Amino acid sequence: MAMETLSPCDPAPWRDARAMRGLLDKIAARVSRPWSIMEVCGGQTWTLSRYRLETLLPPEVRMIHGPGCPVCVTPAEVVDAAVTIAMRPEVILCSFGDMLRVPGTSGSLLRAKAGGADVRLLYTPLEALTIARDNPGRQVVFLAIGFETTTPVYALLLEKARKLGVENLSVITSLFTVPPAVEALRADPDCRIDALLAAGHVCAVTGLEPYHDLARSLAMPVVVTGFEPVDMLLGILRAVEMLEDGASGVDNAYGRVVSHDGAVAARQAVERVFEPTDNLWRGLGLIPRGGMKLRPDFEQFDALKRFNVSTPVSAVASPSEVCRAHLIMKGLEQPADCPCFGRQCTPDNPVGAPMVSAEGVCAAHYRYNN
Amino acid sequence: MASSGCCPLPDRLTDTVEMAHGGGGRMTAELIAGVFAPAFSNDFLNRRHDAALLPEPDCRLAMTTDTFVVTPLFFPGGSIGDLAVNGTVNDLLCAGATPRYLSCGFVIEEGFPMESLRRVVADMAEAARLAEVEIVTGDTKVVERGRCDGVYINTSGIGYVPHGLDIDPGALAPGDVIICSGPVGCHGMAVMSVREGLEFSSPIKSDTASLGDIVHNLLDVVAAPKVLRDPTRGGLSSTLNELAETSGVDIELDEEAIPVDPEVRSACELLGLDPLYVANEGLMLIAVSADEAERALAAVRRSAHGSRAAIIGRVQPTAPGRAPAVWLRMPLGQRRRLEMLSGEQLPRIC
Repeated sequence: MAMETLSPCDPAPWRDARAMRGLLDKIAARVSRPWSIMEVCGGQTWTLSRYRLETLLPPEVRMIHGPGCPVCVTPAEVVDAAVTIAMRPEVILCSFGDMLRVPGTSGSLLRAKAGGADVRLLYTPLEALTIARDNPGRQVVFLAIGFETTTPVYALLLEKARKLGVENLSVITSLFTVPPAVEALRADPDCRIDALLAAGHVCAVTGLEPYHDLARSLAMPVVVTGFEPVDMLLGILRAVEMLEDGASGVDNAYGRVVSHDGAVAARQAVERVFEPTDNLWRGLGLIPRGGMKLRPDFEQFDALKRFNVSTPVSAVASPSEVCRAHLIMKGLEQPADCPCFGRQCTPDNPVGAPMVSAEGVCAAHYRYNN
Repeated sequence: MASSGCCPLPDRLTDTVEMAHGGGGRMTAELIAGVFAPAFSNDFLNRRHDAALLPEPDCRLAMTTDTFVVTPLFFPGGSIGDLAVNGTVNDLLCAGATPRYLSCGFVIEEGFPMESLRRVVADMAEAARLAEVEIVTGDTKVVERGRCDGVYINTSGIGYVPHGLDIDPGALAPGDVIICSGPVGCHGMAVMSVREGLEFSSPIKSDTASLGDIVHNLLDVVAAPKVLRDPTRGGLSSTLNELAETSGVDIELDEEAIPVDPEVRSACELLGLDPLYVANEGLMLIAVSADEAERALAAVRRSAHGSRAAIIGRVQPTAPGRAPAVWLRMPLGQRRRLEMLSGEQLPRIC
């Protein structure tokens, strides 16, 4: 990666204090009554907390923190399966950094690493291909978690592996499709949301079409929103404007990244390799068509089948006695409402998934709002 | 070159370090004579005693120890050899001591290239020369291949503390000012950039350096700085949290005042890291009372490694019933808490 690739991504203008001030003033001028706005993505929750935006917003605007990030919603049993496979001596288990700390029912991948497992932190799944080719005598397994944003890279990885004839590579998938989960949240009669901030990077892949369907079904404003503080405030402003006008539908407040059609080639790659499936979201339970699984044609890359490991569905996503993660991730409670928060449950010793990833709503609150 | 009968110490060292180099016998002697002794030569070491006999000082002694483990061993701006000397020297400086003597212990992996060992040792010798310390005693062990990662180095250091100088990490009081001697995060991101194959038009260099000049210049104008601390592992945030906790106070930082190089910021952005939690190896945090702040800042800026020093924050009383905390004040006036680093800093997925 060369420096030239960085400069177009310079985030400075999107963190500019004067631009933020201007948007905050506009929001304050426009809002006339209380509104609850849910941000779907953990990256947005992180920005809200990191920049303490909720302390700057007018009191009428209440942010509700949605399901979060793929790390948070990956069920503990998937982590257990990864740990079981990682403990096999021939296996090199790879995943993203913050996935390694997620506790399963019997420890995390980092703990497995301390116990002798070969667990590696990668920045892109494509590195797994290199590791597989460099270690022909070993089995390389990628714990493939992600929203629609990350799934195309796994499709690319597996298509490349097939093309190159790399046989010692496989994946454990925990792949999520966001709109069905949002619909399920909204169907909960306790869940009061007036507008939705959709995750900009997800829309960059999916395009806007699925969100038009979602906005119609929810009958509320859905604003496609980015992740820097200026992006977030712009998304909130657009949502407030639509709410005050009594409008619904999709507005794109992240036009510098998201186009109407999204990334067509990426979606085509996903369609070649994966197909929709009902999926378990930690904290939310089984979401119809809430995820993706390998197509039969690609099942040779399924690590669970290769190593004959199952995920016991009965135990999945059962809410803990004390941890309120399932209510927090539905936006029904705030982290501080949970009896564990900041006591038994801290980033050093997470009880619930939202305390694990830096983007998890509990971790973000613990880090920045204490 | 074959050894001849006239030379008591054979000069034909092998190309790699072997188990026998740590065995205490002939090959150990060859390693010492061929690599360590010429680089570290001084009166104490050259006596080849089991222990260095040091002169009796007329002051209090400061002593510290640190062990150095880093991958890669060589990185832009330095090597494990630089770190091993500078890290221990800086710890002594933080206690107000003038660093004088170091010990060094090597754990070397079987098969480690002799040329790399020479480079590490040469870096240590040069760093010791710059810091005006002598490496007066040492030890070498060799472990089987795969049992360590190239080379690990421990150094312990002794320094002289002048009478009357008492730097107490618990001395912070509300109103005190925090000075940071330079840009943060350079060392950690230099190492991470090499590990992750990030290339920048101007590569990020480690800031590894001994900071005697900063402390020397500071003590010329401030008789009693409150606290000196080098924010190594865990970065600026973790170090300031330790200080806040020890003194039972809050510290509030001004986000815009903290120096961060653009390359470091970009690399952190790419890898999902926060520069305030990234390791430094040539940085000093200095706390002084408010009336001495400008004088202290000017003195630090006159130092070779302190030209970009800045006042980054102030000490405040902790609110009743709350635990001491470090806060970051942002440009719109909002502030967030900077936690102690929890575990390793792990990159985020998106």
